[in-house]
Amino acid sequence: MKKLVFIISLAILAVSCGEKKAEKTSELTGSIAIDGSGTVYPVSEAVAEEFLKTEPKVKVTVGESGTGGGFKKFATGVTDISDASREIKGKEIELCKENAIEYIKLTVALDGITVVINKDNTWAKSMTTEELKKLWEPNSTIKKWNEIRAEWPNEEIHLYGPNTSHGTYDFFTEVIMGESGASRTDYNAVSDYNVAVQGIEKDVNALGYFGLSYYEENKDKLGVVGIDNGSGVVLPSIETVANNQYAPLSRSLFIFVNTKSAQRPEVEKFVKFYLENAPQLSKEVGYVPMPQSGYDEQKAAFEAILIKK
Amino acid sequence: MNNLQKNRFIDQVFKILGILFTMLGIFILGVLIYNILKVGVTRINWDFLTSLPSRRPEKAGIYTAIIGTLDLMLLTIIFAIPVGVGAGIYLEEYAKKSKFSSLLEINISNLAGVPSIIYGLLGLGIFVRFFGLGGSILSGSLTLSLLILPIIIVATREAIKAVPHSLKEASYGLGASKWQTIKNVVLPSSFGGILTGIILSLSRAIGETAPLIVVGAMAYVPFVPHSVFDTFSVLPMQIFSWTTRPQQGFAIAASAAIIILLIITFVMNGIAVYFRNKWQKKLK
Repeated sequence: MKKLVFIISLAILAVSCGEKKAEKTSELTGSIAIDGSGTVYPVSEAVAEEFLKTEPKVKVTVGESGTGGGFKKFATGVTDISDASREIKGKEIELCKENAIEYIKLTVALDGITVVINKDNTWAKSMTTEELKKLWEPNSTIKKWNEIRAEWPNEEIHLYGPNTSHGTYDFFTEVIMGESGASRTDYNAVSDYNVAVQGIEKDVNALGYFGLSYYEENKDKLGVVGIDNGSGVVLPSIETVANNQYAPLSRSLFIFVNTKSAQRPEVEKFVKFYLENAPQLSKEVGYVPMPQSGYDEQKAAFEAILIKK
Repeated sequence: MNNLQKNRFIDQVFKILGILFTMLGIFILGVLIYNILKVGVTRINWDFLTSLPSRRPEKAGIYTAIIGTLDLMLLTIIFAIPVGVGAGIYLEEYAKKSKFSSLLEINISNLAGVPSIIYGLLGLGIFVRFFGLGGSILSGSLTLSLLILPIIIVATREAIKAVPHSLKEASYGLGASKWQTIKNVVLPSSFGGILTGIILSLSRAIGETAPLIVVGAMAYVPFVPHSVFDTFSVLPMQIFSWTTRPQQGFAIAASAAIIILLIITFVMNGIAVYFRNKWQKKLK
């Protein structure tokens, strides 16, 4: 008799579980607004594209108005998720507080800022972080290669870098100069990295910096500078970024999720889907996935805020 | 060299310079179009036109961007043309010469030269935030309408100014009222000029990206707008997004999208030119 009751209760449990599952896979609706960094955009686009296949009725839109522009919208509650290629700044945090916006920061991928040179540049195969600082710091007087190292040619150096609206600019200046936004201004400031790629490709005396994916896609046309932070020269690659050997120029890419939005089932599911698929999709669009343990931590952190509420 | 020869020489030099400069403009346009066609034309197929944006450049399409652009243009036409032409008629036919009206005139001419991003910020402040329309296709089209209004107004005024005075006087002489004169004489004979202004302004509007980014056009929109309050993407936005990507495949897709944008612009201009010519024949 007891056995029978046990079996029946088990069956009921199974059925009820099955029902719950069926409910969950039944179609979600609603919309999710994402905006922010153009660097993180390809990852979010890829995730949204895949999510559309499993939840075709959820309208996910992704914009790329820049990390700063994205936070402006995020802090006023216009967007549910903000893509960011840097940390949130003091002013942006204040704006969030003013509008009672609470959020959680999740890391979704890694990227390495790559210092690139012309293919025919035979000398600058590596640089120390001090040399980079001397070259890029505000009011830097370095105009020629031999002013960095005496044995380098007596030729003018032509610099390329992102303009001030890029998170890449903030990050590079932060880790190399020690202060976000501190940079010399007499360089070719580009809004589109492909312009920098073209410029460096055609000029043997050019040097520039941008995200690893732009180098990886143009490996046959560009040269790369190894970075020496005092413990030996490291070349940027998917491996050295993933294990953080490529320091200090490895960075994290984030999504900031509005905690209130995360209570909505479609947003909850999307963020979980994001963390589940980020390892594969971030690699596909040219970034470096974290080790799986990193994603497990992010998932746990996201679960924690769902329970807390 | 006497004076006459000298003048003839200067004349010839000026003529050759003029031809050179004209050719330069056409040459640069030709190179641009050739480059884009070379890269992008093989990428255009039915799938490209009917697919959603994608992270895979060979699969990505511009369906939602095309629909967004067409919707946006349609709404912009609806908002901008009546207001612009109306304002032009008022300023030219009704407004009395006063300090106020000349102030108005100067401001409108100045507005035509304001950078488009400023209109984007204006749209963000007024339509998106104050009226709470959000980053919708309605906000976008209202912003673009503001952007092209000055051009339409100035063009309308110039066209009306060019109507021979004798025609108007004749109409008044027959006892027609002001409105009858405008409707039956002024507008029909200035229609060609007004239409030219509208064509120019719409050609400008269709290529705008900056103000729409500010207002809230999105790069990835996997659905077609169902109402004027929906989020949207437009072709220039999609092109901008693709040209900044590292993968070569996106550069090809961007070129293909530029070709489609050019075709839409040419078709729009073609329709307007057709109507203008038809109208002018009828007048004669």
